[in-house]
Amino acid sequence: MQRRKFVSRAGLASLGTLLGAEVVFGHNLPEGLTLLGLQDPDLFRRFGKDPDMTLLNDKPLNIEAKAHMLDDAVTPNRFMFVRNNGNIPVKADPATWSLSFDGESVTRPKSYTLQELKSRFPRHSYELTLECGGNGRAEFDPPASGNQWTVGAVSCARWTGVRLRDLLDDVGITPEAVYIGYHAADTHLSGDPGKEPISRGIPLAKALQDETLVAYQMNGEDIPLAHGYPLRLVAGGWPASVSGKWLTRLSVRNKVHDGEKMTGSSYRVPCEPVAPGAEVADEQMCIIESMPVKSLLSAPRTGAVLPLGQPLTFRGHAWAGELAVSRVAYSIDFGSTWHSCSLQAPANRLAWQHFSGSVRFPKKGYYELWARATDSSGTAQPMVLPGWNPKGYLNNACHRIALKVV
Amino acid sequence: MGNRTKSRAGQSLFRGWQGIVVVLLGGLLLVWLYLLPGGEAAVAEAPGDEPGFDQVENGIHLRTGFADGEGLMAVVTNCTACHSAKLVTQNRMTREGWEQTIRWMQQTQNLWDLGANEAIILDYLAAHYAPEKKGRRQNLTDIEWYELQP
Repeated sequence: MQRRKFVSRAGLASLGTLLGAEVVFGHNLPEGLTLLGLQDPDLFRRFGKDPDMTLLNDKPLNIEAKAHMLDDAVTPNRFMFVRNNGNIPVKADPATWSLSFDGESVTRPKSYTLQELKSRFPRHSYELTLECGGNGRAEFDPPASGNQWTVGAVSCARWTGVRLRDLLDDVGITPEAVYIGYHAADTHLSGDPGKEPISRGIPLAKALQDETLVAYQMNGEDIPLAHGYPLRLVAGGWPASVSGKWLTRLSVRNKVHDGEKMTGSSYRVPCEPVAPGAEVADEQMCIIESMPVKSLLSAPRTGAVLPLGQPLTFRGHAWAGELAVSRVAYSIDFGSTWHSCSLQAPANRLAWQHFSGSVRFPKKGYYELWARATDSSGTAQPMVLPGWNPKGYLNNACHRIALKVV
Repeated sequence: MGNRTKSRAGQSLFRGWQGIVVVLLGGLLLVWLYLLPGGEAAVAEAPGDEPGFDQVENGIHLRTGFADGEGLMAVVTNCTACHSAKLVTQNRMTREGWEQTIRWMQQTQNLWDLGANEAIILDYLAAHYAPEKKGRRQNLTDIEWYELQP
């Protein structure tokens, strides 16, 4: 296998030489082939990503947006972060793809083809906020291991598919059902076919929500390969890792799902707050459910220089996991005074909300514009890092951008 | 893993659309190269043969992005088979933290016994990728200033 991979690259390189021209194969490359370069433009082209996205890791592929790229009301594929635990599947043939249901608490284990899902069940669309549980990890001190996400591992796209609830009605679940675990077609980095890179899930109550979808479209088109083509579980407002990509099987469990990355310290935080750097036993770690309230300034891009007297208009998005955002405020004096932004209602429950504002500066100098959202239960974002946890999850500290008035 | 990834030819491989004819012709040739017994031997150097394969510039091992230092090649060999070097270089841990990470990979991710290389690798990681104090909130850095149009 190694030999073959090497040869395929050598073969292509030789072809380029032979033909005296470059060979465009990016999107046809066999998966598993080690792609070229550390910040390789073709890797981005292959997945339709903007070349200015930040590559955190090319194996497994992990890419995040910069704040100003997230200015769209609905996030397009090119600015959507990519988080993978394993290798993107080699084959995703819609003609043969199926989704099966099994587990201790399923009444009628069965399987659906993609076509059956599309034709037999009502179709629903929602704009859903998906944020990586580790978004903001880069700020933790002591540092937390893993991909060092800054602010850009969040998106709000329009997802279309069938309600998971409708499928659960069709297969039937027993009264003992408590959790839905997903299984998918991605492969383990070690190449071990017996290992799943990730197999997480959601409690039954989340599975039964209107907005929890088994989706086959994103933004009105087939789901892009990096985001789960052809089928993805989408549960907005929760760590994006529960929204399993390349979905092949759902297990109706009579206990909390115990798949890969459900146990230990993965996607868990200390049940009780701990001091920074503390050691926390696995049994003292609790599964992350709803994500906390957070906001992002998407315009202007950080680093704006403007003349004194010119007002600055700004905008961004705010979201609050299972809850709604009730207000967003801004500060240009490091939180000494806060002022209200205008805030829109969400497109639907679990979609991010757009805010905007305008500010005049009292004198020339360096400023930071800070945004702070408050959720419908009255909880606001902290200005400093929230509770330290071993894996660096749930950093919802206020976002800020740098400005100069000259 | 195959390591011959950084040649000039390789980097320009997929750059630019040169027309469908080129693609089709290339595809046919590729199939031919695959099918030709021993064909690859004629066109491919063995990995690592070309000059500059393990070149270090400004203290950085160009092929992987790792910091140059004692133990570099043990790290390259053992730590980039399954995942990118970027998963290492973006992280900061104490020696104990790196050791725990190795144990976790051995217990759950099929990492092999590193034998005598383990101490070499841990010394390297602790020296080059140690934690820095960041506090509760850092200054904004690397700002690219630009004139905002009204």
